[in-house]
Amino acid sequence: MCNCCAEKKDIYLPAPAAIQEVKMLNGTELYLRLSMDGSPLEYVPGQFVEVSIAGIGEAPISISSSPTLGDSFELVVRKIGNVTNAIHNLKKGDKVGIRGPMGKGVYPIEQTKGKNLVFICGGIGLVPQRSFINYVLDNREDYGIVTILLGTRNPSERLFHSELEAWSRRKDVKFLETVDKGDEKWKGNVGVVTTLIPKIENELKDAAVLICGPPVMYKFVLMSLKEQEVTSDRIYLNLERKMKCGVGKCGHCQINKYYVCIDGPVFCQSDLKDVPEAI
Amino acid sequence: MSIKKISKDEFRLVVDKLIGKGNVFGVKSKGDKFDYGQLESSKELRLDYDVTLQPPKKYFQPPVETLVTYQGQGNYNSQYDCEKFVLIGVHPYDMIAINQMDILFSQDNYDSHYFARRNNATIVACDVVNASQNVFASSMNTAVVKDGFDVLLTDIGDSYIAEAATQKGEELLALAQKAGEATKDDLHKRQAVWDKNKKELNKHQLNCSVTYLPKLLERAYNNPIWEEKAKTCFSCGSCNQVCPTCYCFNVQDDVNWDLKSGKRERAWDGCLLDGFTKVAGNHEFRNNRADRFRHRLYRKGKYVPSKIGGQIACVGCGRCIGACLPDIANPVNVYNKLIDDIGII
Repeated sequence: MCNCCAEKKDIYLPAPAAIQEVKMLNGTELYLRLSMDGSPLEYVPGQFVEVSIAGIGEAPISISSSPTLGDSFELVVRKIGNVTNAIHNLKKGDKVGIRGPMGKGVYPIEQTKGKNLVFICGGIGLVPQRSFINYVLDNREDYGIVTILLGTRNPSERLFHSELEAWSRRKDVKFLETVDKGDEKWKGNVGVVTTLIPKIENELKDAAVLICGPPVMYKFVLMSLKEQEVTSDRIYLNLERKMKCGVGKCGHCQINKYYVCIDGPVFCQSDLKDVPEAI
Repeated sequence: MSIKKISKDEFRLVVDKLIGKGNVFGVKSKGDKFDYGQLESSKELRLDYDVTLQPPKKYFQPPVETLVTYQGQGNYNSQYDCEKFVLIGVHPYDMIAINQMDILFSQDNYDSHYFARRNNATIVACDVVNASQNVFASSMNTAVVKDGFDVLLTDIGDSYIAEAATQKGEELLALAQKAGEATKDDLHKRQAVWDKNKKELNKHQLNCSVTYLPKLLERAYNNPIWEEKAKTCFSCGSCNQVCPTCYCFNVQDDVNWDLKSGKRERAWDGCLLDGFTKVAGNHEFRNNRADRFRHRLYRKGKYVPSKIGGQIACVGCGRCIGACLPDIANPVNVYNKLIDDIGII
């Protein structure tokens, strides 16, 4: 290698990070806490990192922790593809490569200060939302009424049990949960996450609504929100796409005019009006 | 910067001098067609070519290129290819495509791998002498080029007018010892070539101004043409492969026998290919062929233009027309059909 390129940053070069903690959250989701070998990762809620497993490849993973956590950051990874399978074999002390943080991280931190917030999470859609939820709870006085709706397929897939319990106990948070299908132990709501929306009519008034879940969920949640007359300028969606480069070049995550990796992954619904591929 | 008149024989000497000094790539004949390749001798260079099979993009973004190497988990190093080279014979439409790539690879996040190659290149562009079967550069305003090259050659019969646009270009022209300054008459001859090419590189006539395309596409998203055309699409990605402004890529790891070290590469990818948007779990966001077909033309006519100051990212080389087996790729046919259908407002 000559020196002609050395002065410029290499956007494809992963930086080493060490795994501080790993644990399975349920049958498929692995929790990891990592810290960069160099200076700590500086990020905002809504951003993601490309996790690099040498010899296997990279996968874009949402940051699940709030920046208020401190020097380390948290990821939750579902075992579903080549890279995530390899991530599931990692142990405490192992090294991975990290590129990022990536994405605009447009969870509307500034715009929503003083406002009411409604989080609507489906399944592992809770993982990226948790970053902003915990950020809000750590800066609770900056926000109005906070409501969290969570829908999970079945009780065995629930994540972060103790955090969910803590949220449900808090007086300054309204936490409603449902599962698509209960089991003999489940005493809570049964039904898809949209069945919870009529229960928060008051909370939805003037609130910013933040949505993350599987692709199929968005359509139905948006229909319910329309019935509740929530305007598109108050709705924020966290969109998933295939990603390779993460830096706005490779084209895989493009939805019409946007690159999810640099223009998102969180979008205000009013910016998606002429973006039919979004939902 | 200087504008010289160089006899064709003298230019051959220059090319041989360059070959003696380092890597020189240029247009050579390949059967009854043409393509870029490494020049062993100036005799191989064919500046009278009509169009090359592949655009010159491979010199800036090779089909497969190493980005980083690794020596175990978390231990990565950048890998650059920084060899200087000369590229001779780039037609104006291809030069404009390279200029567009320069913007796209520098904006948002600077791609140092692309620019390692780009900054080490000396580009000798040349005006078109023979129009290809499918060129429509005149319709796309890409028949002549004003910048991006180091030297621009224009064939005026027994000699070239050679304009240096950069210091690198001046140094290259200095190798032509017998070249003289171009006269007014020479410049008139060059202007005549430009005027002719602006009209005659047009085997397919676009029925609107090229700048109107983003507006046209604004109203065409749900037009039946996408389904109609894509009915016979093989999703083969040939149109992507030969396009000078298609730059999408995949990123993949190649591990060595020790199962620890290896390299991470990027390889050309195409938005027409099935699986281009498929995520783990098998959800594919652009699953429908017609959607992929439309996406490509929207990238050329609307999405990429919005990133590069309105320039249309189809430069009218016509390669996709020749490469497409079911003969559906001609962008002019699609745009003209849309104009017939929904008119120009």
